[in-house]
Amino acid sequence: MLRWILGSREAQGSVEKSSVLCIGEEQPKNWFTELQVLKGHFDIVRFLVQIDDFRCASAGDDGLVLVWNVETGERLQELRGHSQQITAITTFTCNDDLTSHTSLITASSDRSLSLWDPDTGNRVQTISDLQSSVKCLLVLERLCVLASGGGELCVWNKEFELQCHKPNHSDTGITALIELPKNCIAAAMDKEIVIYRLTVSTDSSMSVAEIRCLSDHQDRIRALINVNDGLFASGSHAGELILWDAIDWNILAYEHILWEESQASTQAEIRLAAPKPSEMSIQHLTTNGRHILAAVGSGLYVYSILTKTVVAYRKVAHDSNVLHTMLLSDSELMSCSEDGSVRMWEIQDLPLHAEPASAGFFGMWTFGRTHKQPGPPSKKVVDVPNIRTLELTGDLIGHSGAVQMFVSFRENGLVTCSTDHLLILWKNGERQSHLRSLALFQKLEENEEL
Amino acid sequence: MIGSPDVVAFTKEDEYGQTAPDPWAPPEEFSVPLYPLADSNPWAKTSYAKFTKDFILISEFSEQVGPQPLLTIPDDPKVCGTFDLNYFSLRIMSVDYQASFVGHPPGTGYPRLSFVEDSRVVLGDSKEGAFAYVHHLTLYDLEARGFVRPFCMAYVSADERKIMLQFQELSLRFSQASECLKAGNRRAFAKELQRKLRDLEYTHSVLQREEGLQREAGPQRMYSAHAVEKANELANVEKSIYEHRDLLRQISSYHHRPRRDPHAVTCQKCITECLSECEQLLDKYAKLARPFSYTDKGEKGQEGQFQVNNERGEEDADEVEDEGVKRRPSYTPQLIKAKSAKCFDKRLKTLQELCNITFYEATVALLKETERGFRGDLCYLHTRRLDMALRRKQRVTNFLFEEDLGDDDDEGEGGTLKSFCAVNHTVDNYTLLNPPHIVLGPEPLELDALEPPGPLDLTSETSHTQETELGLVESHLDSSPSDQTLETQESSEETKGSCSSDKSEMGLAERQQDLTKSEAPDPDSDLILDPDHNTDLERESSSEEMETTAGDEGDETPVSLLEVVSELEATREDEFEGLTDGASDLLVPLDSACCMAQEGFLYEASAPEAVPRLGQSSHPHPCQNLVVNQEPQAQLPLQDEYTVGSPCSESPVTGLELPVGLLGDAVSRTSMEDGSDCTMSASTGSDRAASPLGYGGMVTLRQRKKAGQGALKFVRQYPFAMQALWCLLSGRTLVVLGADEGRVRRLVAALALFVPGPRKCGERVQAWLSCPFTLTDLQRWKLIGLQRVASPVGSSMLYSLSRYSRYISILDADQKTLRCPPYQGQLLANIADHRTYVRRGSTYFLQLQSTLCQLAARAFLLTFTHHLHLPVSSTEGPEVVEGRRRCFLQEQLGLGEEDSQILLYLSQLITQQYLKPATGSSAAATSFSFNYTTNVLYKI
Repeated sequence: MLRWILGSREAQGSVEKSSVLCIGEEQPKNWFTELQVLKGHFDIVRFLVQIDDFRCASAGDDGLVLVWNVETGERLQELRGHSQQITAITTFTCNDDLTSHTSLITASSDRSLSLWDPDTGNRVQTISDLQSSVKCLLVLERLCVLASGGGELCVWNKEFELQCHKPNHSDTGITALIELPKNCIAAAMDKEIVIYRLTVSTDSSMSVAEIRCLSDHQDRIRALINVNDGLFASGSHAGELILWDAIDWNILAYEHILWEESQASTQAEIRLAAPKPSEMSIQHLTTNGRHILAAVGSGLYVYSILTKTVVAYRKVAHDSNVLHTMLLSDSELMSCSEDGSVRMWEIQDLPLHAEPASAGFFGMWTFGRTHKQPGPPSKKVVDVPNIRTLELTGDLIGHSGAVQMFVSFRENGLVTCSTDHLLILWKNGERQSHLRSLALFQKLEENEEL
Repeated sequence: MIGSPDVVAFTKEDEYGQTAPDPWAPPEEFSVPLYPLADSNPWAKTSYAKFTKDFILISEFSEQVGPQPLLTIPDDPKVCGTFDLNYFSLRIMSVDYQASFVGHPPGTGYPRLSFVEDSRVVLGDSKEGAFAYVHHLTLYDLEARGFVRPFCMAYVSADERKIMLQFQELSLRFSQASECLKAGNRRAFAKELQRKLRDLEYTHSVLQREEGLQREAGPQRMYSAHAVEKANELANVEKSIYEHRDLLRQISSYHHRPRRDPHAVTCQKCITECLSECEQLLDKYAKLARPFSYTDKGEKGQEGQFQVNNERGEEDADEVEDEGVKRRPSYTPQLIKAKSAKCFDKRLKTLQELCNITFYEATVALLKETERGFRGDLCYLHTRRLDMALRRKQRVTNFLFEEDLGDDDDEGEGGTLKSFCAVNHTVDNYTLLNPPHIVLGPEPLELDALEPPGPLDLTSETSHTQETELGLVESHLDSSPSDQTLETQESSEETKGSCSSDKSEMGLAERQQDLTKSEAPDPDSDLILDPDHNTDLERESSSEEMETTAGDEGDETPVSLLEVVSELEATREDEFEGLTDGASDLLVPLDSACCMAQEGFLYEASAPEAVPRLGQSSHPHPCQNLVVNQEPQAQLPLQDEYTVGSPCSESPVTGLELPVGLLGDAVSRTSMEDGSDCTMSASTGSDRAASPLGYGGMVTLRQRKKAGQGALKFVRQYPFAMQALWCLLSGRTLVVLGADEGRVRRLVAALALFVPGPRKCGERVQAWLSCPFTLTDLQRWKLIGLQRVASPVGSSMLYSLSRYSRYISILDADQKTLRCPPYQGQLLANIADHRTYVRRGSTYFLQLQSTLCQLAARAFLLTFTHHLHLPVSSTEGPEVVEGRRRCFLQEQLGLGEEDSQILLYLSQLITQQYLKPATGSSAAATSFSFNYTTNVLYKI
């Protein structure tokens, strides 16, 4: 019986997979009905940053940084200078009294760090011959300094003068940096999170000191994000999601996401193959302050901060690893994956009859109704009474390689970048056509043909 | 397609005349006027000519054998049939309308070259059933009597009225040909003079040396008979040199004299070149008085040792000149015999030799074009021109389904006359980086091809000025002999041509007056110059030139002009012959728009582009037409503005400017060819090889019509044809999948007719693709022929097919299935009727064109109707506008959901086309729209 159930579950798994694939050609909620292919890169495009309401910059393994006009699809600038792949990119906004000017900061494997003016395309500042290549960048706008993480933690001021640095001896180096209150910085290093404190002395010289090392994760930390002023979250390769207090760095919640882990552990003798680590690795975390969306393997997992519980999840949201996610609103989210697609999801209440049932029955029950049902939950999830479901509302197919990242410009559209060297600008066809009509009549008016 | 030239209505005015004006009638500039010769049966065979179709005859009046035919175009003996060319040559050459004085006029010491204008005559021979427009011209030949060789070109037709009514246009075209010939002739003549002068100088120097030797040898006051003879000879040679120098001066002053012939516009560039080379020659030979220039070098030249000296002298001379330039053909100066042989057995130069082979070939090509352009009977020509003129007004939507008119916006009916240039100079479009340094003959020729194409608007400006100049010229043209010769028609036969045309002209004139209430007709209709210069061609060829000489820019190595030019010509010819019609589309060597200002066609060829620039108050148009159909501006502002409302061509003029035909236009030409099977007297054969099916998209009308047959077959064969057409028309990419390349290509060629906005070279169509396609391909192509292969490549192709299935419809040519969204509309029912009774491809094509034209018109309406896109009041939200648009589509146009998609897509295309920057180069990639709908599989 168990065997039968398991067999059916596997069969059901594949059914579910294909049901995910074919959400149908009719997607009434998908308003991305126009696309523009932006060419310019020669290699994998890995990063996208939004510069302002209508511009974004893309960077990738070809060392190029391209600035695009999202409204027209024009390539505005081509920032050349790095000889190797870009490893991190961020924007740096300087607020003068009246104007605010946004610059781009890039770090590359050629061990250099550059500051660009996206309006002119000039390289304003550059530092080369760093001891190690920078893997992550953090702008502390309050202090007007920049922290770079890699083999060592360095702090730079606006003029790219080194303020202070802190070498560390870990092999992997710093993979992620976030800003915490009280001039603290959290840096993810392998399995640990190290808290540094920046102190500005009276003569405005800075120093950095390690004050705490949090080593509660069992595996390498893949994602580290700020949730709100009092919270930050980290996710590990082993599927652990930890919610931390940002002030005193205590664990507020610990969630171990184990797809099928409960099943696999109880029936260890039957099911020998342990889940592949990547299946439960937390690739990406994103939050809007109320929910945390975790990309776990090829699945998605929505965690409510208020209730500290899982709100909704889908085990197989994509055919392959999810690389980037975004919460558009409390109920809408978006994810992109190595399978080359971008999917849009909606958190919906379960239908009434879909009250959680016992695990055994669950499997049989889902057999027939796969398309309405999430995968079998782990015990932890099953216990949660008000679980909701993630419903696929649309997908964007266009890239022929993994979609690395996307940036949403709200109604102006969505930019995706991919390993196929392309960027695609997805737009609302109706809105665009309306805009074009406006432009047409404006032009008619200008030409005095009306 | 507005009017169909293939279907000529036998229209006749109602006897009861004017009914109440129809309020729903289209604005007048869009109405198709009745055929002007409605009273006569257009199908009446007018003559019993011995030839089957019109042809062009070139004859010369040989000073040895008299009038003789040289060649006919088309060069096919079948054309003339039993028609006696010799006799007809005699007829057309028998009267020298160019009669002018040649030889030594009294009071001048030197022989004069006669500068004669061409003359244009219409001759008829009713016994033979032949009528001809005859264009006389005179070429220069140093060896000919009076240095002139009379030639004539004749357009021979069986239809007298055709000749009469097309007189202006024929005159324009033949003038171009004539100017081209003459330009080449002047070059050749200057070259010949140069050679002659060199010979003379050489002879002179030899004689002088001999005389000097004799003087040294003999006693001071002893003149032997031999010495006297030598002295005389020397004097003769000197005189001859002066004469020839004077001739050179005359030929170089050719361009300075005022031209009375309004059609005689030559390429300014050619003129400057020719002038400069002549002046150079003049400079060179001005100082003849260096007596021993040759003998100084030829040491101890003895009598009877000329050969040796000759060779040495030549070598020396060459050495000297070689300092300047390299790679020059050598030339041996000849001794000139004292008495030139005025014998009649000498060989006269052929036309090719007279005109410099490049120019000759260009002329022949031009005449071929002319011949092609005039195929078909009058009715056909007229309708085609109407069609063209109407289409020209619809610049906004033309790109959708109409074939390319082939002219840029800047040009067209500008009212100017541009020259036809054999070497493809763009008139005045260049700023010279290197001043042309061209010397003929043995001198090296440097190609002045380094000039970059000037800014485009220059064209319009120059044409503008040209236009006004021409206007001046024309104003006192009335008394030009060429016009008068028209009246001196061949008299032995009855001449009824003018009468009949007068009659018909009256009828139409009245009608036109009624229609347009325009000004009173000006009785003296004059020539209307309607130039059109294909800058595409020029650009192309000039870039070609640039390429050819690119390597020479650096090292300054002179390249022979003639070489390069002939190369150019060769490539051009090649392209003409070998490539598809599309290629020749770009390479039409001339593009002269002509309009029929001749009595009978009472429309004004006004210039929508030029006029606003020149200002309304002083209408600068050179023609004093019978009817100037200038309407009050206030009338019909809306339609008109919309009509020509493209940003680059705004024309407030709404005259009934109809029969502006583009004769040289390749499209019209091909349409002519294609229509030939439907018109009466048009030729049935086509001299162009059928182009391979399915390369890219449909380029010319000819290909499109051929595709009409394929499309008809498709419609009859596949019950789901309507769905496939709907996909194409609503902008969904259609992939034709098949294993057999031929079949796929045929299908694609047939379906390409339905791709809206296929661009000039069918860029939206990919006929045969054998690799997996990507998203960018989908963005670029709207119709793809895809190879089905059973290999790993095939599987990846199938993968891409299924991956992008939401963006495409798949027509499986092997299994005869179509996977596409369901379509149940009615809009396409009449062009995709499975059980249609239409059997002929061309018929179907016309039906199709009219349907598509209607679609384009509706899309235009949808695009430019303000309240369908913008709120009328500020309180209205976007939903209201949206609802209004839907209401418009559904209730006013009666379209269902799917049919609306077609219009919306076309409207999008129009919007994008309109918004497209004029420069064309936009950094932004094109976007493509789609929608998420379910697909269904249709089976046969």
